[in-house]
Amino acid sequence: MTTTSASTASAGVFDDITSSESSLRRFLHGLPGVDQVGAEGRAASLGTRSIKTTAKAYALDLAIRMVDLTTLEGQDTPGKVRALASKAMRPDPADPTCPATAAVCVYPDMVGTAKEVLGDSGVHVAAVATAFPSGRAALDIKLADTRDAVEAGADEIDMVIDRGAFLSGRYLQVFDEIVAVREACARPDGQSAHLKVIFETGELQTYDNVRRASWLAMMAGAHFIKTSTGKVQPAATLPVTLVMLEAVRDFREQTGQMVGVKPAGGIRAAKDAIKYLVMVNEVAGPDWLDPDWFRFGASTLLNDLLMQRTKMTTGRYSGPDYFTLD
Amino acid sequence: MVSTGSTTGKSAVFDYAPAPESRSIVDIKPSYGLFIDGDFVDGHGKSFKTISPATEEVLAEVSEADDADVDLAVKAARRAYTRVWSRMPGKERAKYLYRIARIIQERGRELAVLESLDNGKPIKESRDVDIPMVAAHFFYYAGWADKLEYSGFGAGNPRPLGVAGQVIPWNFPLLMLAWKIAPALAAGNTVVLKPAETTPLTALLFAEICQQADLPRGVVNIVTGAGDTGRTIVSHADVDKVAFTGSTEVGKAIARAVAGTDKKVTLELGGKAANIVFDDAPVDQAVEGIVTGIFFNQGHVCCAGSRLLVQESVADEVLERLKRRMGTLRVGDPLDKNTDIGAINSAEQLAKIRELSDIGEQEGAGRWSPACDLPKNGFWFPPTVFTGVSQAHRIAREEIFGPVLSVLTFRTPAEAVEKANNTPYGLSAGVWTEKGSRILWMADQLRAGVVWANTFNKFDPSSPFGGYKESGYGREGGRHGLEGYLR
Repeated sequence: MTTTSASTASAGVFDDITSSESSLRRFLHGLPGVDQVGAEGRAASLGTRSIKTTAKAYALDLAIRMVDLTTLEGQDTPGKVRALASKAMRPDPADPTCPATAAVCVYPDMVGTAKEVLGDSGVHVAAVATAFPSGRAALDIKLADTRDAVEAGADEIDMVIDRGAFLSGRYLQVFDEIVAVREACARPDGQSAHLKVIFETGELQTYDNVRRASWLAMMAGAHFIKTSTGKVQPAATLPVTLVMLEAVRDFREQTGQMVGVKPAGGIRAAKDAIKYLVMVNEVAGPDWLDPDWFRFGASTLLNDLLMQRTKMTTGRYSGPDYFTLD
Repeated sequence: MVSTGSTTGKSAVFDYAPAPESRSIVDIKPSYGLFIDGDFVDGHGKSFKTISPATEEVLAEVSEADDADVDLAVKAARRAYTRVWSRMPGKERAKYLYRIARIIQERGRELAVLESLDNGKPIKESRDVDIPMVAAHFFYYAGWADKLEYSGFGAGNPRPLGVAGQVIPWNFPLLMLAWKIAPALAAGNTVVLKPAETTPLTALLFAEICQQADLPRGVVNIVTGAGDTGRTIVSHADVDKVAFTGSTEVGKAIARAVAGTDKKVTLELGGKAANIVFDDAPVDQAVEGIVTGIFFNQGHVCCAGSRLLVQESVADEVLERLKRRMGTLRVGDPLDKNTDIGAINSAEQLAKIRELSDIGEQEGAGRWSPACDLPKNGFWFPPTVFTGVSQAHRIAREEIFGPVLSVLTFRTPAEAVEKANNTPYGLSAGVWTEKGSRILWMADQLRAGVVWANTFNKFDPSSPFGGYKESGYGREGGRHGLEGYLR
C-alpha cells in the first residue's frame, strides 16, 4: 500500500477554504454540530447488533487483518520488535489459515528492525513520528523525525496533530503541519508513505472538535484519520469513531476521495472489535470493510481475536497459554 | 459516489447471520380464560384466536368476555377495593408493586419474547425498551404509594377513586398495561383491564405474575375481548374511573358513553406529530431522530413523528441522508436480534396503511422505500417516505399508524410552528436545532403535550405524557399521572 492512491486529496477542491485562517475557521465552525446524547445513543444501539456464526467468523478474520500490532514503549528493544513482527506475520502458529495483521506499529528507531523481519511479507511497518505522543516540538524536528522513519523503510507514518494549536484555534497551523508532514512522507522513488493523522480525541474532548479535526486532516491530505495515541485516556471510543466514520463518508460524497479510519487504544476484546466493524458497515458503508480503509491500533486485542477464532473452529475455548505473548 | 481507492478485492460482504432469540423460554398455553378475582376462569362468551403477525401462526385461543364476565370482574374489583386494597397502608401496597416490578425484571426475557411474538415488534425493542420501561413504571409508582399526601392532589388527604376500568391498545401491550395499572394500584384503586384483542398474551402472563406476587384477589382483573367487551367495561355502572389509550374515534365514543355520569376519565388518543428540523440542526443525529420518530415500533406509536417538517434550505441534504439511512434498516423476523422493523400488527392495520399510502400517491406525493425483501407470510410494510407533501394532503392530516413518513418543508420558525399546530391532534413534537433559545421559543409555541428537543420518543416514568386537543386529556406518568386516580 505504498502507492499514492488517495493522493493529494484536497488538490484544488478546498483551496479557497484553506487559503486563510479566517476562511478555514468559518468552514470548520460551519460544519453541522454533533449532538452528544444522540451520537452516543446511536453508537450504543449499533453495539447491540448480534453477530453470530458465519458473520462472526468473517468479522474475526477481517479484524485480525485490520490490526496494526503495536508496541510503543520506552523499553522496546530490537528483540521485542522482532518477536512482534514474527507474530504479525503468523499470529496463530498452530493455524496456517489465520491471516496476517495489517502492520506493526513502532517508534521510528525500530523501523529498520521491523522491516528486516517483515521483508516483503505484505505486513507493513508503521512508525509513529512528529514528536509522538505529545507533538510538542518544532516543525523542523517533526519533519526530521518523519523523514528518518520514511528513510528507514516505514510504509506508513502515524503523526500527531498539535492539540495546543488546535484548541487555541490556530487551525491553519495544524493544517500546514499536516501538509508538510505529508510531503515529508515522500520517497525518492516517487512513492510515498501513507499518512495517518492522530487527533488524540481524549484531549479534543468534544465531538464537534472531532468532526472539525477530521475535516481539517482530510483536507490536508491524510490517508487515514486516527483517534488516539493510546497514551491518553479516554482513547478510542465507539461514539468518537462514529463521528469520524460520518466524516469520511461525507468527505467521499463531496470529493470522491476515500479516507481510512483507525481507532487506537483501549480496544482489547474481540467483542468490541466486532462492534466497530458493525459501525463501519452501517455508518461509512461496506467499502470501508477492508484493511486499506479501517485499522485497529492495538496490542492485546489480537490474542482475544485469536482465542475467539479458535473457539469458532474447534468449538472450545483454550487457555491463554496456547497463544503467544509477543 | 466514486471510490478512487485501491480496493483490494473484498473477501465477502458482512452479512449478519440470523441471530434469533429462542422462543422456547416462554410457554404459551393452547387456550386462556379470564383472570377474575385471582383465578383464571372460563368466560361465558366465545373464544377468539390470537396470531403472530409475522407468520400468521395461531398462538393461542383467548376468551371473549361478555357482559356477565365483565360484571363478575367489576364485582371482584369492588370487593377487593372495599375490603382490602383501599384499607391497606400505602407502604404495604408498595411492597406488592415492588415485588411485581422485580418479577417483571426476572422474567424479562420471557415477557420480551412473548411480546414480540404476539405484537410483531422487534425483539431488540421489546427487550431494550418495552419490558425495562414496564418494570421502571412499577418501581416508580411503588415509590409513590406511601407518599400520596405529598403529591399535591386531594387537598392533603388524597383518596383513591374505586374501581378503574382500563382499555389499552395493541402497540405497546405490556407497557400500556403498566402505565395504567401501576399508578392505579399505587393510589389504592383496583382495576379491570382489557388488553387489545390482537395482543392479549403479555397481559395474561402479567396476571400470572400477579398470582406469583401474591397480590390480593380481585385487585387486578384482566378480561380479554374486542370492542364490545371494552364498551361494557367503560359503561359499567360500578366503574368509577375510565382510562383509555387508543384511537381518537373510540375515545370520542367513550367520552359520549360516560357523559352525564360521575366517572372520571383520562384519554390518550391519536397524534400526527411534527418533527421539525432546522438548518442548524446536528444533521446526523436529526436523521437518527427522524428514523426513531417514525420507524420505531413500525410507526405504531401515537406520538410518532409522522410529519417531518424540514427547513427548505437543507431539505435535499436531509432527505438524501435519510434515504441512505433507511437503506440500512433491517426488516424481518421480529425475534431476530438484528431486526430493526418488525411486522405490522394485523391485517386490518396493514390494509389501512396501504389505503392511506395509495391515497398519498394518488394525491401526487412522491413515494419512496428502500429495496427490501419482505417475508411472504405475515403482515409487512416497508419503511416509506413521501416527499412533496403539503398540508392539504390526507397523509399529512390523518394518522397512518405505520412506518410512513410525510415530508413537508418550511421557510421560517413561525411557519414551522403554524404548520406543526395545524392539526386536530397535539400529542408530541420534536425540534432539532443547535440554538438553545429557539428550542425554548418553539416549546412555548407548540401545542403538544410533549416537545422533544434534539431527541425523539424518549420516555421516563417520572415524566408526564398526554395530549392537547383531539389527542386526549389527562396525563400519565410522573406525579401528574397520579391525579387521574385520586380525589
